Amino acid sequence: MKRIYVNEKWCLGCHLCEYECAYANSGIADMVRALKGKPIFPRVRVEDAGEVHFAVNCRHCSDPVCVQSCISGALTKGKDGVVRIDRQKCVGCLTCVLVCPYGAVLPSPEGHAAMKCQLCTDNMMGEPNCVKHCPNGAIVYEEREAAQ
Amino acid sequence: MKNYRYVILGCSVAAVAAIEGIRSRDREGAVLVVGEEPCKAYGRPLISYYLLGETDLTRMDYRPDDFYRENGVTLRLGVRAEKIDPERKIVTLADGEQICYEKLLIATGSRPFDPPMQGIESVKERFHFMTKADALALEKALSPEKKVLIVGAGLIGLKCFEGIAARVKSVAIVDLAPRILPSILDDAGAKMVQSALEAHGAAFFLADSVLRFDGGTAYLKSGKEIAFDLLVTAVGVRPNTELIKEAGGEVNRGIAVDECGRTSLPNIFAAGDCAESFDIASGTHKVLALLPNAAFQGRTAGVNMAGGEAKLQNAVAFNSIGFFGTHVMTAGVYEGEMYCEAAERTYKALFTKDGLLKGFILINLPERAGIYLKLLKERIPLGRVDFEALKTAPAWSAFSPEAREANFAREV
Repeated sequence: MKRIYVNEKWCLGCHLCEYECAYANSGIADMVRALKGKPIFPRVRVEDAGEVHFAVNCRHCSDPVCVQSCISGALTKGKDGVVRIDRQKCVGCLTCVLVCPYGAVLPSPEGHAAMKCQLCTDNMMGEPNCVKHCPNGAIVYEEREAAQ
Repeated sequence: MKNYRYVILGCSVAAVAAIEGIRSRDREGAVLVVGEEPCKAYGRPLISYYLLGETDLTRMDYRPDDFYRENGVTLRLGVRAEKIDPERKIVTLADGEQICYEKLLIATGSRPFDPPMQGIESVKERFHFMTKADALALEKALSPEKKVLIVGAGLIGLKCFEGIAARVKSVAIVDLAPRILPSILDDAGAKMVQSALEAHGAAFFLADSVLRFDGGTAYLKSGKEIAFDLLVTAVGVRPNTELIKEAGGEVNRGIAVDECGRTSLPNIFAAGDCAESFDIASGTHKVLALLPNAAFQGRTAGVNMAGGEAKLQNAVAFNSIGFFGTHVMTAGVYEGEMYCEAAERTYKALFTKDGLLKGFILINLPERAGIYLKLLKERIPLGRVDFEALKTAPAWSAFSPEAREANFAREV
């Protein structure tokens, strides 16, 4: 399946992907209205450590430990390979946050559910909006193989 | 006599995970699930969220309704398995039916354990808090004028408190231990969570115990008396190991299994709260009565039952649990050197020994906690990461560029 991959050496740490993610998932068509003056809670997060910058979002693992660990059955891996969270079933215990080795499942601001990247299959964007707007190709959406 | 390739006793999380494990290898073999509870698998820890009104009976189902049919599973619910004959590979059910298996999984879970308590039979309204039926029975008895006594300030007792706090007049909680959540918190962490619970009306009687009951009064060892209408006992649980013990299999605290989930009896596996795991943090075999561990064990057993090869080699105790918005994450054992950060609302304790992360406690610090659990479960030598940076905040920038390449530039 196509996933988001990181080209760390190209990332400038501009955090634009975070804004694009928050916008994509806001449900508001106008970007300024969606983001201006509001705290954002993106599902992709950029790490900055000195000269090193890179974006982290859900890896959509082939054997996702979050899905196995979910206490409510809210997390599933679909036939398309996308790991999704059913926010109606989720009770916000955050077990998935505790088991995700990437730190890519996040507590959501209202506290009643967890949130995660669903590759923009759950909004109107059609394909990952963070990748589409990355100015430098530091994140890409494509097929790749596991490391040997 | 009916014959199934796979028979699973118990219909909860380990059973569901085993079905998924079996079906990852074998799409055809007939599967029978025998469950004592009269319902399909549900998220057992959700019963407190049900009482809180944050979920409902339908949403509690652990898998969609068509999961069992789609996986070719026959369900026999509301009936208990009474006996296993490992020589003839036959299970006898409480209604007398006998079933033949090729591979058998024991996923019978655990049951509440009440120590002998004097006068307990004089208490009219007594409850446990383990099953959906327990929660529904308790719910029926709740009303705003009732006083509740919970014996046990562990995970079950305190989640019960959270579920009922707003629906009753008062709740008193007694525990023998000097602190709440004694199995997962240290003193400082326990104090913080205790304050959060007290702010919602919990009255704690710690380092104390009930000497005797007399109707609606509990007489404590300290000399205190507690008047109550409803009693919930949440002192401990016992693994349901009898079927294996009576069939001659090896049982310690729980059913002894190897890392593939095999018991000492041929063709018989065990998983979930009835079985032991090898806990990598303590280096001992013990029952890790945690939902994710039941899923890991169930999946492992299922794959092996179907002729595949799977091993569970990184089992460890971990918990993520919230009380009225105070969120607690814990893992491993609290041994070795401690790194500690404490503020008014947050608490972090990391325990390191022999160059490894052995355990941690995080209160109201859930962000990216999985990176700590990764260090612990994978026994990553702390010399290979920037642990000084990780102490302050879990991040992948503390790992090597090669590790990041393998994890973020490759399929995982």
